[in-house]
Amino acid sequence: MKQLMLGNKAFARGLYEAGCCVVSSYPGTPSTEITEEAAKYDEIYCEWAPNEKVAMEVTFGASLGGVRSFCGMKHVGLNVAADPLYTMSYTGVHAGIVIGVADDPGMHSSQNEQDSRHHAIAAKVPMLEPSDSAETLEYVKLAYELSEEFDTPVLVKMCTRIAHSQSVVETSQRACPPRKAYEKNIAKNVMMPGNAIKRHPIIEERTNNLKVWSETSGINKIEEGGKEIGIITSSTSYQYVKEVFGDSISILKLGMVNPLPDKLIREFASQVERLIVVEEMDPIIEEHVKSLGIKCEGKNLLPVCGEFSQNLIAAAMGKDIDTGKSLDDEIPVRPPIMCAGCPHRGVFYTLAKNKCVVMGDIGCYTLGAVAPLSAMDMTLCMGASVSAVHGFNKAMGADGEGKSVGIIGDSTFMHSGMTGLANIAYNQSNSTVIILDNSITGMTGHQQNPTTGYNIKGDPAGKIDLEALCRAMGIDRVVVTDPYDLDEFDRVLKEELAAEEPSVIIARRPCALLKYVKHNTPLTVNTDKCTGCGACMRIGCPAISMKEGKACVDKTLCVGCDVCMQLCHFDSFERIEKKGE
Amino acid sequence: MKSGNIMIVGVGGQGSLLASKLLGHLLLKEGFDVKVSEVHGMSQRGGSVVTYVRFGEKVASPVIDEGEADFIVSFEILEAARWLRYLKPDGHIVTNTQQIDPMPVIIGAKEYPKELEDKLKASGAAVDVMDCLTLAKEAGSAKAVNVVLIGRLSHYFDIPEDKWIEAIEEIVPAKFTEINKKAFELGRNFES
Repeated sequence: MKQLMLGNKAFARGLYEAGCCVVSSYPGTPSTEITEEAAKYDEIYCEWAPNEKVAMEVTFGASLGGVRSFCGMKHVGLNVAADPLYTMSYTGVHAGIVIGVADDPGMHSSQNEQDSRHHAIAAKVPMLEPSDSAETLEYVKLAYELSEEFDTPVLVKMCTRIAHSQSVVETSQRACPPRKAYEKNIAKNVMMPGNAIKRHPIIEERTNNLKVWSETSGINKIEEGGKEIGIITSSTSYQYVKEVFGDSISILKLGMVNPLPDKLIREFASQVERLIVVEEMDPIIEEHVKSLGIKCEGKNLLPVCGEFSQNLIAAAMGKDIDTGKSLDDEIPVRPPIMCAGCPHRGVFYTLAKNKCVVMGDIGCYTLGAVAPLSAMDMTLCMGASVSAVHGFNKAMGADGEGKSVGIIGDSTFMHSGMTGLANIAYNQSNSTVIILDNSITGMTGHQQNPTTGYNIKGDPAGKIDLEALCRAMGIDRVVVTDPYDLDEFDRVLKEELAAEEPSVIIARRPCALLKYVKHNTPLTVNTDKCTGCGACMRIGCPAISMKEGKACVDKTLCVGCDVCMQLCHFDSFERIEKKGE
Repeated sequence: MKSGNIMIVGVGGQGSLLASKLLGHLLLKEGFDVKVSEVHGMSQRGGSVVTYVRFGEKVASPVIDEGEADFIVSFEILEAARWLRYLKPDGHIVTNTQQIDPMPVIIGAKEYPKELEDKLKASGAAVDVMDCLTLAKEAGSAKAVNVVLIGRLSHYFDIPEDKWIEAIEEIVPAKFTEINKKAFELGRNFES
């Protein structure tokens, strides 16, 4: 049956149909739904791992155990998992391993715009790149066959527009190969120098064999059209090119982007008058084509930064485009913001009030950097807040220690904040770390993690006690506070900044969007009392605005967290009581 | 209509997902190739969000570019104005009257543009402005704003009304079907 399916859901369907049995991933936009959808199949064991490195190593173990396995991550997650990846390339697989990596051109939800094809090349691992949901399903199944035939993990690269677009797919039945018997093989699986030295030439030979496969398998194909222009492209860029040119030009459509098919590229180049490579982000295909001694265009016409679209490509090719009209008015931007009732808001308000230097991290709380809170000084990557505050304090001494904090979410702390805390405890800096424990992985859409007590299916699971963990790592000052209580949080913050030893403040309050969280009734403003001083506006709550010189609460958004009420000097905020009370 | 581009725009959290799901389901059943492109992740947190729905004999690009949209279905009127340049010169806007202040307006750094309804109409676009929240409440639930908008959109398609109703029955959970059918009718029969 034909159905519309999200790219990531089609990926999960491919895992199901290919007989994948073990999935371990860490959430990251735009890759998260692959694993969430896979978890809906009872035949597949699925889990959220603490980070991508752990997830990839789990797939390696599962492969040794004889079943097909998968791990999924966003582009920056592949950096975390790069260590196992580069050596799993050497060991190869027992049962097939597929690794899903989702890039984010345009940075809809990411801290950088890196091109994960570099990892495929550097790790010498084949990479497939689908251009819609149907190809995603097909390529995932093909990836397992390749993995087992060529004895290699296989990367399947998604991007935001493939991962988060629905297009038509046709599904089929699951075909699960029987579990392979475990085979002890020290020479192949124990990567110490003597063994790895023997494996490396095998990997080089494998790449040559994969190149031959890429020429002949049909995954890369020439679509013949006019010979004046020939375009080499893949993924969503292929769709934009088709949108602009239809069948009027010739296209070499690549489904495998590492290794590249040299013979096919030469053949295609010889057929067309003008050769252009259309690829988002880095000029990887373009530089490869040029390395073959073939003249081609690419980044002289098209940008390295940002994502493409049909108009962008049409304009680059000198075609006229119709753009629509705009109003003369300036349309104010609408950036993402912390939700009404977000427990992080009070924390960042207090940090700003105390003029703290705030080392930030990756999650919803990165929005603490946005005006009017503007309470963040740096954000780099997962876990960096904890490590960087230590470095800052080693550089600044007492000048830094009394005013700097590292701030990190519960899931991010489990991902890679713990090692930074170990460094603080071991190398003894007088640093203060705030763990924002909102009982969920928020930004990616509410995934469970090792501190929540539930697994990916929502069933009870092991639960790591953050306080006990921090104490066990050597932090003696561990304080738990409620970030809705501004005075108390301010007191705790001042005390821990002043303390002459490392401390961890756990600001604990569940995400306001969690379904089980019971909210108070909304607040309203007594306009007789409100002086319009604007104190309540400093927290950047979307439910509060100024109307005719007075504060005004949108009662459809307000969840009654009362943070604004604590800021008001005139007792203007009043609770709307429930009817009948 | 043999092919078309519909943009659904609004503010993160307003529930545009059901609208695109309904349209995708219906258009696929009508025999079209369909692509629906959404944005997940950070921009959903109260930011400006857009969903693209494209249909035709064969759809290539998953996104709609400037000057390409036949329809802008808008949950919030400032968002209709923001995405206006994506509309074709003869395109339609179906928008809710609701105003949600973005953060620069909340903190007083910018003003919410005035008289947007008149300005949108003056741009040459055909515009339906509806108080969808009131209509949705009349249908029985404030959450039915999306189906009120879809009801009005349906007015411009030559797909029979019963096919739309059928799609609602197939997509919406059974206990909300009646509310949503009523919301659809109120939107469809809205006189601008």
